[in-house]
Amino acid sequence: MSSVTTMASTISDVVDDGDSLYLAGFTHLIPFAAGHEIIRTGYDDLELIRATPDLVYDQLIASGCVSKVTFSWAGNPGVGSLRAFRRAIEDGVPNPIETEEYTHYGMVAALHAGAADLPFMPVRTFAGSDLVDQSDAIRTVSSPYGDDEIPVVPPIKPDVAIVSAQRSDEDGNAHLWGIPGEQKEAALAAETVICCVEELCSTETIRSDPNRTLFTADAVDHVVEVPYGAHPSYAQGYYDRDNAAYLEWEEVSKDHEDTQAWLDEWVYGVADRREYVEKLGAERLLDLEVDSKYATAIDMGDY
Amino acid sequence: MEYTDTELMVTAAAEQLEDDDSVLVGIGVPNLACNLAKRNHASNLEMIYESGTIGSNPSSLPLSVGDPVLASGAVGIESMLNGFSYYLQGGRIDVGFLGGAQVDKYGNINSTVIGDYDDPAVRLPGSGGACEIASNAHRTIIISPLEERRFPEEADFVTSPGYLDAETERADLGLRGGPDAVITDKAIMGFDADGEMIVERLHPGVTEDDVQAATGWEIQFADDVERTREPTDEELRLIHEELDPDGVYLD
Repeated sequence: MSSVTTMASTISDVVDDGDSLYLAGFTHLIPFAAGHEIIRTGYDDLELIRATPDLVYDQLIASGCVSKVTFSWAGNPGVGSLRAFRRAIEDGVPNPIETEEYTHYGMVAALHAGAADLPFMPVRTFAGSDLVDQSDAIRTVSSPYGDDEIPVVPPIKPDVAIVSAQRSDEDGNAHLWGIPGEQKEAALAAETVICCVEELCSTETIRSDPNRTLFTADAVDHVVEVPYGAHPSYAQGYYDRDNAAYLEWEEVSKDHEDTQAWLDEWVYGVADRREYVEKLGAERLLDLEVDSKYATAIDMGDY
Repeated sequence: MEYTDTELMVTAAAEQLEDDDSVLVGIGVPNLACNLAKRNHASNLEMIYESGTIGSNPSSLPLSVGDPVLASGAVGIESMLNGFSYYLQGGRIDVGFLGGAQVDKYGNINSTVIGDYDDPAVRLPGSGGACEIASNAHRTIIISPLEERRFPEEADFVTSPGYLDAETERADLGLRGGPDAVITDKAIMGFDADGEMIVERLHPGVTEDDVQAATGWEIQFADDVERTREPTDEELRLIHEELDPDGVYLD
């Protein structure tokens, strides 16, 4: 059972230095608001795990709160590379970071093993790739049913997962539509789970469409209602992806000083997501509005 | 009619796709090629994106593989776990598109590091889904500009296996398929029985010397090298007016 709280109190209560964190999402519903609160709270030894580190991880790395990144694709989606991530690896700026590398399938299979309490998960990837030589985590086992050998990944169990959905009830039963990515696997693999939602809804709404539920209150410890919490990524049906912000980050992040100035203005310079949204301004938000296109209602039957 | 190298790569890549193929689409040239093929000779092409959208039919140009326009109107949306396991690993993807910083003589691809892994000159984004696409799709199509630094004899790092060292059989490692074609801005290559790259078509105006000068090893040419077909007016119209009206990928 979970509790509805504010972002600031949740982060400071839940996240400790030295923790491993998984901020979930594949392009859709990336918890930027939570990432910015982590930066404001201030850490220096977090392990960040995620299949697709994107701008929010670049920002966390630039702020100096990260000591290790475990990942499978570290880029600015559709734009190019993550420059703060690269500066940390190539030049040790603002601090050197350790990396551990998977592939996308390897990463989500490892989360699955963590969520399902398996000792390992066999995957048909990594064979013939040099990635095997660079990671102690990726190993090979013989099939107990034949002569085949197959690569395996270990369970990943983050200390904290921050996941998102469009809506949940106050207990954390969450409805997500659009691209779910690895949100469910991350939520079920982690020790403690923070669920960020665009809006709270009634339990009756959740129960009206149980197939829409991606994870239930059993998995969630804290619910945070944070409208526009995923900007500049998007929330399907709520607002569009702010592609200009991804292109802007490509320019801003080329230089460490410019990156710090951006963090000063957009993260340290605002108290919370509400102030960030106010700073974005009405015009930018209106540009991200989407027209409605409703799914046909289904009939669950009155039994 | 005038056309750019990128437009020729789009039409050449589209030609590689067959009706009824299920294809794992990438952003940029692959996305344009798939959408072009679907409007022309491959109306039953099933477009699947790495984000798990199945049967996407984007009404506007997606700028990432997880854009909302790929989710709206799709026939299904899977989690990453289900998409990679049931669809890709399960053998339900006919064609995968791959790119990378380096492509070697045997179609092995590097998208991890330039230089030494532990002290890289350039840290690249990494595999993402590329290694499993290279391992599990029934055939892969590699898209890259042809430049000597991008086509070394041996890649600095093998992220995604092609035909390995030409001694090891892919099947012995449990790998399905393999690279089928390499679409570049100068030529189209295939692979011989040993898994070594071979030039099969030269783009209009390009000579064998041009291709050799942009390749990091002595590349083979087929005995009957043909010319790549130029884009038609209708293909160029579709690309410019419908698929990428703002010219985002048509430099």
